Amino acid sequence: MTLSLTKSQWTDLRKHGEETFPHECCGVLLGKFEEDGSKVVQATVRCTNQRSDSPHNRYFIDPKELVRIQRQAREHDQEIVGFYHSHPQHPARWSKTDLEEAHWTSCSYVITSVMDGTATDTNSFELAGMDDNKSFHNEEIKIL
Amino acid sequence: MKILIPTPLRPYAGKQASVEIPAGSVDEVLRELTSRYPDLRQQLFSDDGKLRRFVNLYVNDEDIRYLQNENTPVGPNDTLSIIPSVAGGCLN
Repeated sequence: MTLSLTKSQWTDLRKHGEETFPHECCGVLLGKFEEDGSKVVQATVRCTNQRSDSPHNRYFIDPKELVRIQRQAREHDQEIVGFYHSHPQHPARWSKTDLEEAHWTSCSYVITSVMDGTATDTNSFELAGMDDNKSFHNEEIKIL
Repeated sequence: MKILIPTPLRPYAGKQASVEIPAGSVDEVLRELTSRYPDLRQQLFSDDGKLRRFVNLYVNDEDIRYLQNENTPVGPNDTLSIIPSVAGGCLN
């Protein structure tokens, strides 16, 4: 499976992580699912990290914000295809917490490592399964 | 009224992005939804019959937890959004 996005979208979600450093950034990916399950991103939407108690190692998107974003997506014939967040001073790899708190099966979870304020690696993982059987699968990012 | 089905639940709802259900309380609307699509029940409710903790329900723009929970009325022109939580973080 692949996640396709433009250079501009890729740059922006990484830049978001740099701007919020040393805190985690978060956002939503809007676009379309292809027949084979691949995703094409058509827009990125920055969100506010609601974990003000621990923003340097936790993120949470207010569901109310997701309701608004979902409405926006439907108006443009788009869907929520995934989410992104950053890992300040941590690798671009999903954590146990990332997996435990992931519930959007088939969607992409994009993680950017931000080291000393600079974005380094960006990786994408697709969520499969549910409950005790859920897992993240590595997903290729295709820059259009 | 309309129920908006999020991406991860569409395979259990006939691949539909939204479903039209007669107006009623949130509880009645969800009962009708899971009656039509029985596979959805396990996705929305735990074994004890309670809504799974990561499932958020909004009537229009309001979280039902701040309204009347499952007794919240949903009118014919209202929208019920099912929103699984989005959270995580680098700390294990």
